[in-house]
Amino acid sequence: MITVENLVKEFGTKRAVDGVSFEVKPGEVLGFLGPNGAGKSTTMRIITGFMPATSGRVTVGGHDIVEDPIAAKRLMGYLPESAPSYSDMTVHGFLNWAAEMRGLSGGARQDAVQRVTNLCFLENVLHQSVDTLSKGYRHRTCLAQSLIHDPQILILDEPTDGLDPNQKFEVRQLIRRMGEKKVIIFSTHILEEVEACCSRAIIIDRGRIVANGTPAQLKAKSELAGSVTLRVHGVAVEQVRARLAQLGVAGKVTAQTEGSMVSARVQPRERGQGADLASAVADVVSKEGWRFDALETEEGRLDDVFRSITRPDTAGSNA
Amino acid sequence: MNEGFRNVWTISKRELGGYFNSPVAYVFIVIFLLLTGFFTFSLGYYHERGQASLAEPFFSWHPWLYLFLVPSVGMRLWAEERRSGTLELLLTMPIAPWQAIVGKFLASWLFLAIALALTFPVVLTTAYLGDPDNGAVISGYVGSLLLAGAYLGVTELMSAITRNQIIAFIISVVVCFVLLLCGWEPVTQFLVNHVPETLVNLVKGMSTWHHFGAFQKGVIDFRDVIYFGSVIGFSLFSTSVVLRGVRGA
Repeated sequence: MITVENLVKEFGTKRAVDGVSFEVKPGEVLGFLGPNGAGKSTTMRIITGFMPATSGRVTVGGHDIVEDPIAAKRLMGYLPESAPSYSDMTVHGFLNWAAEMRGLSGGARQDAVQRVTNLCFLENVLHQSVDTLSKGYRHRTCLAQSLIHDPQILILDEPTDGLDPNQKFEVRQLIRRMGEKKVIIFSTHILEEVEACCSRAIIIDRGRIVANGTPAQLKAKSELAGSVTLRVHGVAVEQVRARLAQLGVAGKVTAQTEGSMVSARVQPRERGQGADLASAVADVVSKEGWRFDALETEEGRLDDVFRSITRPDTAGSNA
Repeated sequence: MNEGFRNVWTISKRELGGYFNSPVAYVFIVIFLLLTGFFTFSLGYYHERGQASLAEPFFSWHPWLYLFLVPSVGMRLWAEERRSGTLELLLTMPIAPWQAIVGKFLASWLFLAIALALTFPVVLTTAYLGDPDNGAVISGYVGSLLLAGAYLGVTELMSAITRNQIIAFIISVVVCFVLLLCGWEPVTQFLVNHVPETLVNLVKGMSTWHHFGAFQKGVIDFRDVIYFGSVIGFSLFSTSVVLRGVRGA
């Protein structure tokens, strides 16, 4: 549905996007992750045809965004980063305008406005002027605009930015629901959002893709993936540490006292040995007769992966 | 093509609605009418002249009035879109950029035409007091509208250059002022004494003042129409070039 080949964007001497390639197929919800200034918004602006790339190629539904921009833009709905809308219009006027720009007229236009009003919970403010709205409503107004023509493809730049936790939850639900039928690319720096809605995630740093996979695959890259944590009563720390270190599949072992308990973490010696490790640890516990109240295998944490493969925010400007 | 016009109309409608949704339209129209009235009846010596003509007392002030009023109408056209970020929204809609440029231009031009049409009491007064040359009145209005269009084109271009409306306004006034001055008699008189005649004619030929003159006298000269048309065309084309640059960086 969307292919991006070798995209490069330079601003003066700065390379904001540096050779990005990926593909999104129907039914995929792609999360775009990265620190501020990594090139997420720039990539999205190029895909939506707002900005020309310095080099590289983008096709949307088979239409080249540079050679056939109107056909490509027709397939997409876009929520820009700052969720802009015309402040002198009412919500209803603005949505009507957006529908008209998308070629809808008459009853089809009314239906479309009604549909997105319900979808984005805008009934209460429909006849208010945009500049009197709170940030959350303004955001949803712009989101509604991107959905007005029921597009096959949705490009959402930080769709939950500035929303309160309830609204965040609703927007995530919406993304997940729509993701069943549409292609969605959305950017975020909230990692739990990726786990909640994406079928695939791309991590981008300094204009380059540094990871591309399902959330589970990305989490497996974490150092902690597959490690086993254990909490026991009435045993000395040294004993726990020594006993666990003896295991053949164990790598690094850490243990410390927490009140009357000892909590320990064993990392597998090699990646992918998580299951063996867990049963080995369980054996030790039952052989030694330790009383335990927790024993679990960690899936790995996305934020560990994120921190280990992206570098701290060094770009001053938000591109 | 049909679809192209529909897009232009959709954009124009929104833009025109924007004027009337805010106090801008009403303030502008009131000030415009007050000023035209003041210039015509006080500074223009309308009564003292004892002629049923609108050329001197009415139309001859328009180049000066428009100098400030037209940029104040057009200054927001692109500057505001750039400042508020709606430019990104507008240009990712399935439309060609020229449709947005022309749509915005037509909306503002139509607004100026409405304001100009509301000066009809001046015409009625003249018709009541005397027997004006209707042809001259019509050609004066046509010329005035074309003049406003030329200034508006310049303003739209300047509005695309910056995201600050005030800067757009000031630069537009200056550029329009230069376009006006280079054909104003005191300036051309000065030039005659210092530079070759062909150059004087060239400079004069670029002036809105020079091309507006014939309209006031009741002559619609094809060359004058072409002149105003090319100022508008050139401005709008340059706007598209500027916008391409804005999107690239």
